Amino acid sequence: MRRFLSGRTSKILVFALCLTPLSMLLWRAYNGNLTANPIEYVTRDTGTWTLRFLLLTLAVTPLRRMFKAPELIRFRRMLGLYAFFYGFLHLTTYVWFDKFFDAADIVKDIAKRPFITAGFTGFLLMLPLAVTSTSGWIRRLGGKRWQRLHRLVYFSTLAGVIHYYWLVKSDIRLPVFYGALLALAMLLRLPIWLSRVRSV
Amino acid sequence: MLLAGGLASLIPGRAKAGVKLTGYSKSAFSTSEKQTPYEAVTTYNNFYEFGTNKDEPAVHARDFKTNPWALRIDGEVAKPVTLDLDRILKLAPLEERIYRFRCVEGWSMVVPWIGFPLSAVINLAAPTSKAKFVAFESYFSEKQMPRWRYAGIPLPYVEGLRMDEAANPLAILAVGLYGEVLPNQNGAPVRLIVPWKYGFKSIKSIVRIRFQERMPPTTWNISNPREYGFYSNVNPEVDHPRWSQAKERRLGEFFKRDTLKFNGYGEQVAQLYAGMNLKRDY
Repeated sequence: MRRFLSGRTSKILVFALCLTPLSMLLWRAYNGNLTANPIEYVTRDTGTWTLRFLLLTLAVTPLRRMFKAPELIRFRRMLGLYAFFYGFLHLTTYVWFDKFFDAADIVKDIAKRPFITAGFTGFLLMLPLAVTSTSGWIRRLGGKRWQRLHRLVYFSTLAGVIHYYWLVKSDIRLPVFYGALLALAMLLRLPIWLSRVRSV
Repeated sequence: MLLAGGLASLIPGRAKAGVKLTGYSKSAFSTSEKQTPYEAVTTYNNFYEFGTNKDEPAVHARDFKTNPWALRIDGEVAKPVTLDLDRILKLAPLEERIYRFRCVEGWSMVVPWIGFPLSAVINLAAPTSKAKFVAFESYFSEKQMPRWRYAGIPLPYVEGLRMDEAANPLAILAVGLYGEVLPNQNGAPVRLIVPWKYGFKSIKSIVRIRFQERMPPTTWNISNPREYGFYSNVNPEVDHPRWSQAKERRLGEFFKRDTLKFNGYGEQVAQLYAGMNLKRDY
């Protein structure tokens, strides 16, 4: 297992797995199977997967500790970049097929509609993380500063959860579920942080 | 189709969707716009008692019993009455009304409903001078609607109209669509259609119509008064707090189209709201 996790095959496998949501979406599109409101479906689907990948990214650290599998760190960047990728598809769907690049209308939406403000904030917070995800940038920023910057992912995920919560009309089960996963991911970090504080 | 329908009607309580309705006339109120395909009309539904996803009602309402049915009409009326399904269907000559249907969520359809003017009920019950509003109530059963607890809205679903709105010739009780009995997920066996208002006003599976003096509570208004008002007329000038109402996506169309005031029925209904501030009374 150890060898598998630190080998090449596992990385390729995870990379391919992360593409399944997109493949399924394309397959459904090809079969004309995107419901009576395809653009809404694509928006929902890409949005949900953005949130899921953000939460998967946040799961890496606790899982490494829980299963004593430090190798899992090898997948964190990829998962984070996939979150950004699906977030980008999500935003593009909105900008293109919902607003048809009407900049004035988009700005108005972001300013006026709290759930869009939250979603857009979540995406903006991911942007510097995606840009500085390379080894070069880690070196340039230095490990400490890089890590501090990348704590933005907590706030990006929180913005995503709020975005979802404010979007639904009355059935809040799913946004609350993802919010609980975020809370859990944060809670599992507490011991790590506490031990760090104590060791200072 | 006829045979299948005939068999279905022999089994008490089975959904009768697919049973053809006959002897309905065409209406001058119908639009000639392209109709939304039957498939979309019957699989893309908001009927929270049967699940909050659009595709859920078609699945979870499959075994919903719509026969026998009892529709109670009472309140400030001279002649309170309870109608069974047979009497509902014979209350007035059936008409096909091809209407635009605009949901508050920003999508729309064109649906060939079959029904009769709501005024037939008014004439039957003979409301007294005290009757200023009409309150509607949907059927509700935890047993038949197992997904009710996820709806997140108080149930049974209730809606209301002002008397003059209810008497407007555009307001109908629909008992069918596309030439057949209403599928369960579309609000069988009898539902309201008020095409100049957002879709949630068009309450489904009605069991009670009550004439009363006071403005009745309405479900989405109880649930979120800032976002859903009593009137809820389609109005591109009044934004929903969470999204613009200026445009809509007609199901099946790629580009969005401009939303029309009163959903394009201003000629028939605008006078009902003369002198009202529609931004305040949304």
